[in-house]
Amino acid sequence: MNILNELNEIQRNPYEYTAEYKKSTNRKVVGYFCSYTPEELIFAADALPFRIFGVNERIHLSDSHLQSYCCSLVRRSLEDALSGHLNFLDGIVFPHTCDSIQRLSDIWRLNLSFAFHVDVILPVKLNSESAREYLTDIISKFRRDLEFVLNTSISDELLKHSIITYNRIRSGIRRIYELRQVNPDVIKGSDVHKIIRSSMMMDRNLYLEKLDEIVAELEAKRTDKSTTKRKRLILSGGTCSHPDIYQMIEEAGGVVVWDDFCTGSKYFEDLINTDVDPITAISERYLNRIVCPAKHSSLTGRAESLLEMVKKNKAEGVIFLFLKFCDPHAFDYPYLKDALDKEGIPNMLFEVEDQLPSEGQLKTRLEAFLEMI
Amino acid sequence: MAEKDPEKEKRKIKAVAKMKEIMTLYYIDAKTAEQNGKKVAWITSGGPVEPLIAMDVIPVYPENHGAMIGASKMGTDLCEKSEIMGYARDLCSYARSDIACAPINGGPIGGLPRPDMLICCNNICGTVLKWYEIQARYYKAPLFILDTPFCHTDFPDEARKYVRKQIDEYIKFLEVACGKKFDRDRMKEVGKLSIQGQRLWQAVLDTATHKPAPLSAFDAFFHLALIVTLRGTQQVIDYYMILLNEMFERMANGIGAVANEKYRLLWDNIPVWYRTKWLSDKFASHNACLVADTYTSAWCGALRYIDENDFLETMAEGYTRIYLNIGIDQMAEEVLAMVDKYDIDGIVMHSNRSCKPYSFGQYDIQRIVQNKRGISSLVIEADMIDERSFTDAQNETRIEAFMEVIK
Repeated sequence: MNILNELNEIQRNPYEYTAEYKKSTNRKVVGYFCSYTPEELIFAADALPFRIFGVNERIHLSDSHLQSYCCSLVRRSLEDALSGHLNFLDGIVFPHTCDSIQRLSDIWRLNLSFAFHVDVILPVKLNSESAREYLTDIISKFRRDLEFVLNTSISDELLKHSIITYNRIRSGIRRIYELRQVNPDVIKGSDVHKIIRSSMMMDRNLYLEKLDEIVAELEAKRTDKSTTKRKRLILSGGTCSHPDIYQMIEEAGGVVVWDDFCTGSKYFEDLINTDVDPITAISERYLNRIVCPAKHSSLTGRAESLLEMVKKNKAEGVIFLFLKFCDPHAFDYPYLKDALDKEGIPNMLFEVEDQLPSEGQLKTRLEAFLEMI
Repeated sequence: MAEKDPEKEKRKIKAVAKMKEIMTLYYIDAKTAEQNGKKVAWITSGGPVEPLIAMDVIPVYPENHGAMIGASKMGTDLCEKSEIMGYARDLCSYARSDIACAPINGGPIGGLPRPDMLICCNNICGTVLKWYEIQARYYKAPLFILDTPFCHTDFPDEARKYVRKQIDEYIKFLEVACGKKFDRDRMKEVGKLSIQGQRLWQAVLDTATHKPAPLSAFDAFFHLALIVTLRGTQQVIDYYMILLNEMFERMANGIGAVANEKYRLLWDNIPVWYRTKWLSDKFASHNACLVADTYTSAWCGALRYIDENDFLETMAEGYTRIYLNIGIDQMAEEVLAMVDKYDIDGIVMHSNRSCKPYSFGQYDIQRIVQNKRGISSLVIEADMIDERSFTDAQNETRIEAFMEVIK
């Protein structure tokens, strides 16, 4: 598919795309971190929400701000900013998630001079009356902050329109996941990766057009039954910046049928209710969705949802893919593993520092794991 | 038996014995709580302990436990045990060692008493949230989270309202967990005692402005335990009065924590618990005294926001705007204020693998202090209780080089 190549080009060279986009549209570009950024508001303000993943592999400038025991997402993102690769950004939004992103926001604010810097301090717990109220309050505050820094007004009507676009994007990606769930041969894992990643960088209207085309093509070649002989797997973790993993899994005889990444199902699951006040609706989505381990909504919710995910997808195993030094995920690992072990669901862990482990090592471990299933 | 060195004897703080006695009794109380019909709550070091005291609940601090594990050099072994349980080595070693202690009643005091409830305040880090979730699952005990929004630059009204509301939720939680009404009059007394205790602790730390400093940060690390664990009780006040008087006496007699104090240094971050003596001796051999630190003073940081006559209403702000829950530029301001107050010649920063919110940003604070006061700093790469992250030789070389710069 040509569209896929196009999306891949964008997600591989996001900075080139965005600089060009800015020049040709004159729109503002707002960088953000994490799936807890209410990006619907940025889009409603007619700016491009641009998720930063950090592409620089050679770290030297950020070494004088961050110790070596900081995760590569944070170090790389700071490197990109300090080396001027993000100069096209008009401003930046930091939602509060983990300790590392929290300090990255400070370091960013003190060492870089983008036109604006907005912190969105979301609640960490999501299961109390006060947290519910605070979440709505803080998203309203974000709306006012954005209106101020972008010198614009975000009406309910604009916001509703934005929410509808986001709902359509999320439904489209979900549809691709569902088609893959039925028959994993319908699309390659690395292609799904391209589709998801580019959704967080591209002009959302244009993206939606492309997405609709992809979905239509996949619908045309869909099958009601799975044609794959590969072992059905689920990937679990935070962000995935390693598309090669999909091919390696496929070569070893497995196939990814679902994931719980924030660059994955966490991004598209749960749509925003269009029948109620839009700010309330956005916060409802955060309250209802399965949490990132840096947030709290219950003691056992993540394990329950992982087990449910395995069951629903008829998965035969789970691969945890964590970024090294990501504390929230590493703390949850033993309890998630335990929950899977108790149900006899095979699982394994890959911890990724900057790069995936060497191909040979990875291959051997994957093959051994798949053989065990 | 070898003759005691009178020079060393003179520098020993006599109150230490009393302090050890109080802490022993406290832990006996906590460990026998069940027999005595008392409830035990585990609480984070920066957590709101006063309502627990008002409810007659015994607060127990896993972080203090972690410090004891580190000081008794049991950290590495317990951390390794946690790794077998599946916890990555990069995680907080307090959390790892405490988690590993629970199923085996390990550590220097044979494990902490079982919690009837857990109180987690995330004003110090996001790690405590995960740690307390794990222990709440393990002990099947109810967990209350006091969520204190991070204050990068300010404390907005939305956050103020949120934390204030949670204080009411906290009290309701305690009423259910304890099966009795919350006594607001008692709370008023406890609030006053807490503030008095914090003021006295600050007064003790302030004596180090004297030259020579009668106590060092290494002494403060030890005497800190009371303001952390028994804040809100009369005992803390009585003890810190004794300690304060001893410090005044030392000042009057010109007794310093370090013989021939020539250089005054500031410590940043949690202590390297298994090497406090080693570090103290190393610096003392250069006539350098670590006279102050950012860590032990964190328990007095709330004083400016809390009204002792209206503790319950004002504690929300006090507990939110503490040292670690603010932006690094504000932290640098506090470091600068300490540099001036204690007449500091150099800063020793512990880059602590276990504590990301305390350590990330240190390099920027270093630069700010260098630019504004022209003061050099040293970074010690370590971990608070996992000894595998500490290299004697490397740190020794760094300390030597740093002291050459200071001199």
